[in-house]
Parts: sequence; structure tokens; C-alpha cells
Amino acid sequence: MKQRRKERIDRGIKARSDDVFSLNSYREMLYVALPPLTPVLLLIILPLALPSYWQKVLISTCAFALLAMSWDFLVGVGMVSLGQALFFGVGAYIAGISNKILGLPIWIDIPVATILGGAVSALLLAPVLRLRGVYFSMVTLVFPLMLERIVEASGVFGGTEGISGITPFPNSFIESYVIVFVTLFALFGFRRLVTTDYGLVLKAIKDNDMAVMGVGINVYWMKAQALFISGCVGAFAGAFITHVYGFVGMPSFALDYSILPLSSAVVGGMGTFAGSFLGAFILVPLSEALRGIGGLRIVLYSFFLVFFIVALPEGIFHYVQRKYQQFERWVEVDK
Amino acid sequence: MIDQKQKTNLILRARDLNKNFGGVKAVVSVSFDLHEGELLGVIGPNGSGKTTLVNLITGFIKPDSGKIEYRGRDITGWPPYRIARIGIARTFQMIRPFAELPSFKNLIIPLYSPRVRALSGGKYGDLDAVAKDYLEDVGFERESSVTYKPAGSLPHGYLKRLELAKCLALRADLIILDELFSGLSIAELASIIPIIEKLVSEGKSVIMIEHRLRELFRIADRIVVLNYGSVIADGVPSEVMEKPEVRMAYLGSE
Repeated sequence: MKQRRKERIDRGIKARSDDVFSLNSYREMLYVALPPLTPVLLLIILPLALPSYWQKVLISTCAFALLAMSWDFLVGVGMVSLGQALFFGVGAYIAGISNKILGLPIWIDIPVATILGGAVSALLLAPVLRLRGVYFSMVTLVFPLMLERIVEASGVFGGTEGISGITPFPNSFIESYVIVFVTLFALFGFRRLVTTDYGLVLKAIKDNDMAVMGVGINVYWMKAQALFISGCVGAFAGAFITHVYGFVGMPSFALDYSILPLSSAVVGGMGTFAGSFLGAFILVPLSEALRGIGGLRIVLYSFFLVFFIVALPEGIFHYVQRKYQQFERWVEVDK
Repeated sequence: MIDQKQKTNLILRARDLNKNFGGVKAVVSVSFDLHEGELLGVIGPNGSGKTTLVNLITGFIKPDSGKIEYRGRDITGWPPYRIARIGIARTFQMIRPFAELPSFKNLIIPLYSPRVRALSGGKYGDLDAVAKDYLEDVGFERESSVTYKPAGSLPHGYLKRLELAKCLALRADLIILDELFSGLSIAELASIIPIIEKLVSEGKSVIMIEHRLRELFRIADRIVVLNYGSVIADGVPSEVMEKPEVRMAYLGSE
């Protein structure tokens, strides 16, 4: 019996650029350069081209992209976080406190909040590093909710009022480009990091932590380092947004900051960082664009989410990547 | 042979190890010694506590009571990564390689270990090249495609050798092989046994948990027999199988 089957073959140029790198025309060089150049060029042009409202959307998109990539990184080490809001909120509060109460200037308090935020997040989660799978996820889900309630109940750091009057950025130009460059740095930095020997060990922990432990590597220490790296990226997003709004308060621990990064990574495609980046750049502007239509916004938004997940379960990025690198054809096979 | 070995240094000393899982006594007051450069075989029927013993020595399970000494140092209750760092490597009965990584990349994990870094003077260097060398040591043909194939696609025999290469890469002094021979063909065994013999001749100590008795008895210096978690015999291979308790454990009582 004859049957039809889809065959996927690497494009010749893909195979050549993979290994030996024998490119001999501008067209071929463009083929290799285009994927990394697209986000770079786009992000550099967008702040100049967008009206001021959409510039704000771009900033919050970048912040969500950072959270999504930091989520993706943790998943790569075997930690599924349901609480990126912890990183975001801790960074936001440290920035707010060190700027408003301690009086640190903006260019110092953001780096401080980034590093300290990463460290605090890693320390908070350190006791539960031994938990695996859904048990770890549950704890990460609880932390931001708990911190939010602690702020509310105890009234520390402004309580329900929050802290306002935080130094804004000198102008919107600087504001946009700071987060654009950090986002690009995180995107390419993460992609590079996971291909190093260090990244390989982190990935191995996800696959088989017993085997990693068996060769003398302390997996809990490695996981804590991964939490720190991921926490720094999330805390930067929080610290940055605090300065954009000039305010920090309980909403910094909102569930949005946990769920949106996760859905961005799922829609965009996990494990590549480019996917979670792309996902954030689809979901966040989409959610803004739908703002005009009122009550049905969440319904439509959810519909889009479900559509992407059902139609492209591998993620948009993986789909696009496959189309870019391979061609497909139908072949007849004997069954 | 045995007299000669006993004059050498004791490398591992287990005393009165006990481990219960719920009500099941997995290991019951097990004691044994291992000397440097010795190949010790541990045999016993299914469920006799062999793998639990390995897990106790390597720290993956903590004993309820008893004591383990490595080169005179009490290592009882240490976490697995600390035990591996002082030179005890193990293979796992269930082999789970990092499937989508090329075979040689699997060795990056042990090569990244703090132990290897300390032994090579604090530098990591080009681990890929070192990894390929170790694969060649266990019989991956140099520059052949198996070295670069995803580990998930390797035949069983190569996977076992990859496991062995991990122990070599860690530069362990005591290597514990948990059913390394299982599922291997006679031809594959013929190629893997010389590697183990070479290890022993280099002065490494080896503990082998095995069900393939014929091959084990040919290379082991000493055999420990476990049954229901207790040691029922400890001696040279030829004597051990003569003991009535051992025959009974393996063949059942008449």
C-alpha cells in the first residue's frame, strides 16, 4: 500500500553554516546573520518609531520578556517556577527602598537591586531546593503571595500605600534604551550561557540529578546559582519598572508577573530564550491592543492563548526555526 | 594472592551497616573490607541488598546504623557529592545518559567536577578533547561517529562503556560498578573486561555488583555473597561457591 509521508530535510545552507562555515555569498551570510540581527535591529528602531504610549508598552514588554527568559532558564535546570513575581517584587522593593529611604541615586540603586534581589530570591528559595517538580512549584507560587500579605498586614515599606515619589529616569529616550539593551544582553547572554560547560552541567541536573551528584558536583549549590542568575534578571525588571512608574507597592508581587512570563515561554517555545522573548513580544502588545474592546478582552486573550497552544504546541519560535532551516516535501512510501 | 593483598592498605572498611525500608530489612549488619588494588565481587539473589549497599557506600542512602571508613576517614552520612569528590565513583544500574547530548559531551559533567579541577591544578581547559580521550580509553574508536552521536541513540554496549568512562574521567580511586555486565553479549564482555583488568592493574580498587557469575569469578580477587541483606560468605571465588549456605541461597533448599 502506498502512503504519503512528510519528509523534512535540512536546507543545504543550514548544514554548511552549522559546522564548517563555508559561506560564499552575501545571500548566505545574510541567512546566518538574519535571525540574531532581527531582534537587535527591531529593538533599536522601535523606541524611535513608536508613539509615547506604545513606548511604555515596549518597556513593559521588555520587562516581561526578561521575566520569561529567566523563567525559561530555571526550567532548563529543572525548576518550574510559578512565582517569577517573587524576583520582580523583591527587585522592585529593594530599588524603591534604596532610592526613596536610603537616598541612593538611580544609577546605583538599580544595580544594587539587581544583585541583591537575585541573592535574596536565591536565599528565600534555598531551603526548598531539595523539593522537586510540582512541590517546588507550589512553594514558588506561595512566596510572592505571602510577601504581599506580609507587607499588607505589617504595614512595612509603606504597607498598602506603597512607596511613591521614586526618582524617574532623566528622559524617555534613556529609559527605553536601558531596558532594550539589557533585554538583548539577557537574550544573547542566556543563549551563550547554556552552551558552555557550566550550562551543560545545569542542563544535566534537569535530566538526571543523581548522576550529576555521583560525580562530585553539589547540585543544590548549582541550583542556587541558577536561582541567583534568574533572580538577578527578574529583579532588574522589577527595579526598572519601579523607576518607570515612580512607585512600588503590593502590585509588584501580582500574579501577572508569574503567569505572563510562563505563558510567553509556552506560546513562544521553551528552551531557546528566543522563544520566550518572542512570546512576550506577542502576548504583551496583544493584551494592550485588546484593551480597547472592554469586557471581552480577557476572553479574547485567553482564546488566543489556547489557539497558540493547540495549533503550535512546540511554540512559535520552534515552528519558525524549523521552517527557516528545513524544507518539507511529501513523499510516497510503501507500507 | 589474598595474603599479598592483605598487606596493602585498607581503602574501604564497612562495619555493621544496617538499613531498613519501612519494615523491610534491606541491609543487616554488613561488614567487609576492601584493600587497595583489589577487585571485590558482590553477588546475591535478587533483592538481597546489593544495590542498597552501593547506595549506602556512595551516600545516596544514609545507613540507620553502622560505619563506613574510606582510607581511615569516617564518611558515614556524607552527601553523595562529597563522597564522589574524595574519589569514589559509581555507575548506575539503570543507565540514564544525557540522551540528546553527543556521547563525548556526556563526559563534560564528570570532567567539570571539583575533584577533577583540583587534580588538574585548578584549570578546566578544553574538556571536549579530554572527553574524547577518555572515550577512546573505553573503546570508542577515535574520531568515529559514535563519539558524536547523541548518547540516546547508542547501542547498549556503548552505553555501558560510557558509564565506565564517567568513572575514569572522575579519576576515582574506588570504582563501584552496579551490574555493568548485565545485558551485554559475550563479544561486548570480551571487550569490556580488559578495561576493568587494566584499572585494577593500575592500582584502582573496584567493587562489582554482578549477576554474571562466570565472568565475575574469572576476574575477581574476592567475593562477598549477600542474602536477605546479610553477608553469608566472604572469600576467594573458588571457595565461596562451595559453601552450603551459598548453594542454598542460589539453588534453594532441597
